[in-house]
Amino acid sequence: MDFLALFDLSVLDSTVRLATPLLLACLAGLFSERAGIFDIGLEGKMLFAAFFSAAVAAMSGSVWLGLLAGIAASMALSGIHGLASITFRGNQLISGVAINFLAAGLTVLIAQDWFQQGGRTPSLIGGGRFEPIILPFAEAARSVPFIGPIYAELISGHSILVYVALLAVPGTWWLLFRTRFGLRLRAVGENPAAVDTAGVSVVGLRFVAVGICGMLCGIAGAYLATGLQAGFVKDMTAGRGFIALAALIFAKWRPWHALWATLLFGYLQAIALRPDIIEGALGFRVQVQLLDALPYILTVVILAGFVGKAIPPRAGGEPYVKER
Amino acid sequence: MTAPAIELKGISKAFGPVQANKDISIRVMSGTIHGIIGENGAGKSTLMSILYGFYKADAGEIFISGNKTEIPDSQAAIAAGIGMVFQHFKLVENFTVLENIILGAEDGGLLKPSLSKARKTLLDLEKEYDLKVNPDAVIEEIGVGMQQRVEILKALYRQANILILDEPTGVLTPAEADQLFRILGRLKEEGKTIILITHKLREIMDITDTVSVMRRGEMTATVKTAETSPEELAELMVGRKVLLRVDKKPATPGDVVLDVQNLKVVDEQGVERVKGINLQVRAGEIVGIAGVAGNGQSELLEVLGGYADATGTVTLNGTPIDLTGKHSDGRSRRDRGIAHVPEDRQREGLIMDFAAWENTAFGYHRDEAYTSGLLSNNAAIKADTAEKMERFDVRPPHPHLAAKNFSGGNQQKIVLAREIERNPDLLLIGQPTRGVDIGAIEFIHQQIVALRDQGKAILLVSVELEEILGLADRVAVMFDGQIMGERQTDATDEKELGLLMAGITDTDKPHDFAEIEANLAHAHGDASKGA
Repeated sequence: MDFLALFDLSVLDSTVRLATPLLLACLAGLFSERAGIFDIGLEGKMLFAAFFSAAVAAMSGSVWLGLLAGIAASMALSGIHGLASITFRGNQLISGVAINFLAAGLTVLIAQDWFQQGGRTPSLIGGGRFEPIILPFAEAARSVPFIGPIYAELISGHSILVYVALLAVPGTWWLLFRTRFGLRLRAVGENPAAVDTAGVSVVGLRFVAVGICGMLCGIAGAYLATGLQAGFVKDMTAGRGFIALAALIFAKWRPWHALWATLLFGYLQAIALRPDIIEGALGFRVQVQLLDALPYILTVVILAGFVGKAIPPRAGGEPYVKER
Repeated sequence: MTAPAIELKGISKAFGPVQANKDISIRVMSGTIHGIIGENGAGKSTLMSILYGFYKADAGEIFISGNKTEIPDSQAAIAAGIGMVFQHFKLVENFTVLENIILGAEDGGLLKPSLSKARKTLLDLEKEYDLKVNPDAVIEEIGVGMQQRVEILKALYRQANILILDEPTGVLTPAEADQLFRILGRLKEEGKTIILITHKLREIMDITDTVSVMRRGEMTATVKTAETSPEELAELMVGRKVLLRVDKKPATPGDVVLDVQNLKVVDEQGVERVKGINLQVRAGEIVGIAGVAGNGQSELLEVLGGYADATGTVTLNGTPIDLTGKHSDGRSRRDRGIAHVPEDRQREGLIMDFAAWENTAFGYHRDEAYTSGLLSNNAAIKADTAEKMERFDVRPPHPHLAAKNFSGGNQQKIVLAREIERNPDLLLIGQPTRGVDIGAIEFIHQQIVALRDQGKAILLVSVELEEILGLADRVAVMFDGQIMGERQTDATDEKELGLLMAGITDTDKPHDFAEIEANLAHAHGDASKGA
């Protein structure tokens, strides 16, 4: 039995890559929910962004145009969610569900209309994909014991969006806890009346938060289709939006905790790809289907509240109505 | 003569068919405390919301220090030097005092400089106005008195010259209220203008210079406080003569009806809310439970009403009642002759979307008179409701109207009629007049006294000391889940009860405010740990 193999560098390497879309979506949800807008439409926004980024990258040959298209598509859905739940004070859950359905249907429909490849985009090649970035001295450092391989395998060699996602963690923390914007954002998710009576626009703040959420979901979706894989396929998000929501609850709406939580989910996804390693570690064969289901099982366990008490932002899910 | 700090000319505001403010004109002189008094729904809050930019008036003009000012939103109100302390505080519960104070008034994009500047300013303000707060305390861990001072500081930090306080003493103990009034006096000395909105006549008489009375959306009078009396103000508010004191004969207590021994209640979080209390209520007497909200009174009522579990012994007319298990519910309590008017009539006393007749049947819907076989006899219930509404002067007297369409006072009369008319041995009644107009208060008090005079036992829980002193024959004061002392109401006063409410039992000795507040904060901290 070889337990250490469970932490093989190749497994950890794919953990980072698989955790990236989860992390971006989780931070997206963090901005939205910290401002008091629940968003179960992360999944739909990612899917929308995945399709449009892949489609535009395929057509233009530029992954950067693809990324912009993905962000724009995701933010358009955010706009709908904002309009429904902030401006018209609708039910945030229903609006989120609608967005998920809309994205699931529209992406396949448009893909079929544009590319006639059974609801997928053509495979991305060359400049249509985000390529791994080899950090300086990665090859040279490989021979250094212990640290060398970690640097070369684990830290170097990811696409730029992975590094963006990792930097977004301290960035979010700083924005939330060290700036005026962050103070107001947290306040509007806890007690919008306090923000309103202090002379700050509740609607404006919440739209900005929902906008940031759309942008991060856009990057997450673009990464799925142009970084992690080479093109869009039907339902390629595969529940990652919901896993990100579970991670958000697990992380108690905190940026650093979100990183650890999504890495855990990423690890479960990564290990599921290597049944050989598991068999080596445990000494018997585990059904692949069971391994595949692990992240979702953990999601259900977290959502069912088995992981301690998580207190969501107090004004979450409630449309703000000025009271007399 | 200088221009008034605030002058309103011909302000009108309608919500659909309801005219909340009708052609209101008022002048508030600079450096004075101006009271605005009126019943619920008289339009006080609407008027102040217009002044703070929450609503736009349909007609009329606002002048601040002589200059015509438009106030489209709260930001404009703040810029005009108006600060508002709402009845329900607008604080972010898990932020610190300092963070709440700078929210919306930060200097620049980064927090650190704003926080350190606010810390300095806060020290100056503390010295100037004697407003003590701990800048690093988290709001949910401090008492309501300190929370209110944070609200005042928030306004002062924004350089408000005009301070509007909406029902500021509703949640305070008498000692805390006194402290607030000292602060307001100090602010007035420093030249600030204060508008005090309240329904409590005594506060108006104690600290205001001028008082305006509102009734049904109109400003009926503005008088100098020194030249008026509570009786005159009450008459102006209600539109007829009102009896302010409860008219009752001395009680003639009979046998013990309710006997509570060593009652303990532990809530869902495992926090002990009632810590072993002993209490007796006799036939023909009203026993009041005084205390700051959240010190175990609600739990006591819930246990006696049959919807919370407890340990200890409770006997009714000498026979024990179950405190847990299937014979401990509302129905078994009613069968034993306990009627209950709950504290929160909108959540526990009524179903707001249901008609008055349906609400009248609740809990008593199995009565023979209300059923025919397995079916309910709706015609009989409606007829009975109409009759009850008549007797209790519920307006409008329509059994088909949904509960939410009645005013607070009339809702309470519907609940009271349902419970009293069952001829209970013991009536539990919580906050009987919260949100109820003066006119209806008078009626409800008369009904309670009448029930007592029929030889029934009544347990009254109220956070209004004045109500307890006027209505109850004997008072027990609860603090931190315990009974701190019992007094005959004709042999005590607000001051003594106020000390007991703060957990101080040696009421003969002098006590300073800091000690009282420290005690209250301690109890509050205990409570919030469980929440």
